[in-house]
Amino acid sequence: MIVNETNKANPTASEVDASLRVPLLALFGGAAVWLVVGSVLALIASIKFHAPDFLADCPLLTYGRVQPAADDALLYGFCIPAGLGVMLWLFAHLGQVPLRGAIVPAVAANLWHLGVFIGLAAILLGDSTGFAWLEFPRAGSVLLFFAYLLLALWATMNFAGRRERALYPSHWFLVAALFWFPWIYSTANLLLVAWPVRGVVQAVIGWWFADNLVFVWLALVGIGAAFYFLPKYAGRPLQGYYLALYAFWLLILFGSWCGIPLGAPVPAWLPSISSFAAMMTLVSVLSVGVIMCKTLCGGKKCATLGGPYCFIRFGLGSFLISALMFIAMACPKFNLLTQSTWFGPAQTQLQLYGFFAMTMFGAIYHLLPRVVGFEWPFPRLARLQFWLSMAGVVLLVVPLAVGGVVQGIKLNNPGVAFLDAAQATLFWFRFSTTGLLLMLVGNLLFALNIFGLTTVWKFALVKKAIAMVKAPLEIAEVKA
Amino acid sequence: MKNGCYIFLAAFIALGGSWLGLVYGPVHQLGGAKQTMVLNSSDTYPLQRPGDAALGLQVYRANGCAACHTRKVRQTGMACNVELMNAGKNPVAVTNLISSLSLTNLTKEEADQVAGQITSAGGKSEIHIVATGPDIARGWGMRQSVAEDYLYDAPVQLGSLRAGPDLANIGVRAPDANWQLTHLYAPTGEVKGSTMPPFRYLFELRKTGGTPSPEALQFPKDFALPDGYEVVPTPEAKQLAAYLLSLRANAPLYNAPISP
Repeated sequence: MIVNETNKANPTASEVDASLRVPLLALFGGAAVWLVVGSVLALIASIKFHAPDFLADCPLLTYGRVQPAADDALLYGFCIPAGLGVMLWLFAHLGQVPLRGAIVPAVAANLWHLGVFIGLAAILLGDSTGFAWLEFPRAGSVLLFFAYLLLALWATMNFAGRRERALYPSHWFLVAALFWFPWIYSTANLLLVAWPVRGVVQAVIGWWFADNLVFVWLALVGIGAAFYFLPKYAGRPLQGYYLALYAFWLLILFGSWCGIPLGAPVPAWLPSISSFAAMMTLVSVLSVGVIMCKTLCGGKKCATLGGPYCFIRFGLGSFLISALMFIAMACPKFNLLTQSTWFGPAQTQLQLYGFFAMTMFGAIYHLLPRVVGFEWPFPRLARLQFWLSMAGVVLLVVPLAVGGVVQGIKLNNPGVAFLDAAQATLFWFRFSTTGLLLMLVGNLLFALNIFGLTTVWKFALVKKAIAMVKAPLEIAEVKA
Repeated sequence: MKNGCYIFLAAFIALGGSWLGLVYGPVHQLGGAKQTMVLNSSDTYPLQRPGDAALGLQVYRANGCAACHTRKVRQTGMACNVELMNAGKNPVAVTNLISSLSLTNLTKEEADQVAGQITSAGGKSEIHIVATGPDIARGWGMRQSVAEDYLYDAPVQLGSLRAGPDLANIGVRAPDANWQLTHLYAPTGEVKGSTMPPFRYLFELRKTGGTPSPEALQFPKDFALPDGYEVVPTPEAKQLAAYLLSLRANAPLYNAPISP
């Protein structure tokens, strides 16, 4: 039952949680579906390198369509709705205010998932816009935009009406993220899809959008969530309030200027300024690393192996590595070596799955039982998922990154034939395809737990309804 | 920070700054770009693609070719080559001089010096500017890609991964339409060990009737089709091949000078 009573002076934590039940189940349920869909598509794309003839006669499943669809299913299908759900919970929880009118974010969540469905179908049917991370055509992106606006509006109202007025470091990151997405998404869609600008400026705006979404937005939400859960599980406050403020400022000031690759066919000031910004972002990333180490050192040890604490720590650790890889690619020498190799996709996958998705798994495993009011139906499988996903992402990213460097060395030597360079990566794909398979199993376990929990909750609702129908009528009603 | 408004303000300033720099700035600088002149010539560059090639860009987009192919050539430097045009009246002296000098991969000053020596020996020489770098050495292009190359592309698909070779100059490197089509139909038939997936769905495999189709693909000798069958490209395949053939980014430009 949705609790909409907000007149009470002091809502308890369980009332706050109960108010979020329907929107969060809508957000996370759909996200779990897209997570599985995305990893199936990614696996198909990966197998095509071992056997180019695999599913080759089906235009829907050609590599150039499956690969972007897999990436978008992970980012738009899982990462963003999961991030929004965790954000709604953190705002309500930290502000100690229940979510009012929870039906609106629940509807918005379904609109979002409908938009993702339309977008993915369009990519597979050959209707992609052709811009990386912006492949969804208008019908899908308009739905995503308005669904996000509704969710953001409700989150902002909840944030503005918070009873606990103090702001935590998590708040800075999350509020900035809330505002970040509509601006970059509308700019990119208007200037690239609706009224395309001329020539290579399209590529520049595409890079700006991709950096601000995949690097900055995910970092803001992921770090925001981690800065709440990390101290909570470590049992001591976040070490370094001002350091966190510094990291936040540098991330939004300089992180938003990264992303234009060196040597791009654009005026030289663009990649130069982008490289400089990446070096400045390094300070922010190192600050996050220092905060993480200082908070964990002397904190509580992990009580349950594979629990939410493990997910969050692994996620934040992955963020540090992925951000360092991202910044390294902005250094001229290293960029020359790794540009246009598999090193780039390795970094992206580490950012999307190793960092963001893992952090969100941890957060969802922590908060959803509290919100629904039941324990996870398969807690052991939830812990198993940590090991599967961790092994999967390591097996995916490390070989791809090493293979990318090997490929780069070969591509930079004109004496090596291109085909040799391309075939040299096939060895590394054997590992990364195995990694994707492990991730798929892990994702299935996650989806199983989410749907198990939803089913338990629905059964309880039905039971309650039956009990209400069967209950003896009250005397007053009988008399009437 | 105690107030939510400050966070909004901070985010607004940060993102607004980057929006001005990386969105408004490039639009202001390049958004009104027009055709330019080819260096030392009265030709303009780039030219609009012909109809089939322009449609082919959309086939390229729809099938996500940019997931594996970049369309940008990188250049790490420039060099001058001195080329002897005419040995003049004293060929022996000039030949002896040349054999004692290095003529390729020179800086501008060195090239001027070498050219001066040849002139004083009575010969005639020209200085050619060449681009250098692994992509150029691989034969993927004569110069780096520049903004002008993409003026008429919508969408611009530079690509970010070289799982397949760069295509910026594929129209120069493989100018045969039949090769492009057979390669799309069966990549391993043309390139042994290719990892490219075949695009058979862009073609029609049909029984050769009384009169074979004039458009049927000519396959290399060791590629076996079933007897009595021919492969005919669909309009999409022809458009895609036309687009690939139109990729010729080799005109010398002011900001990418090379000697043709």
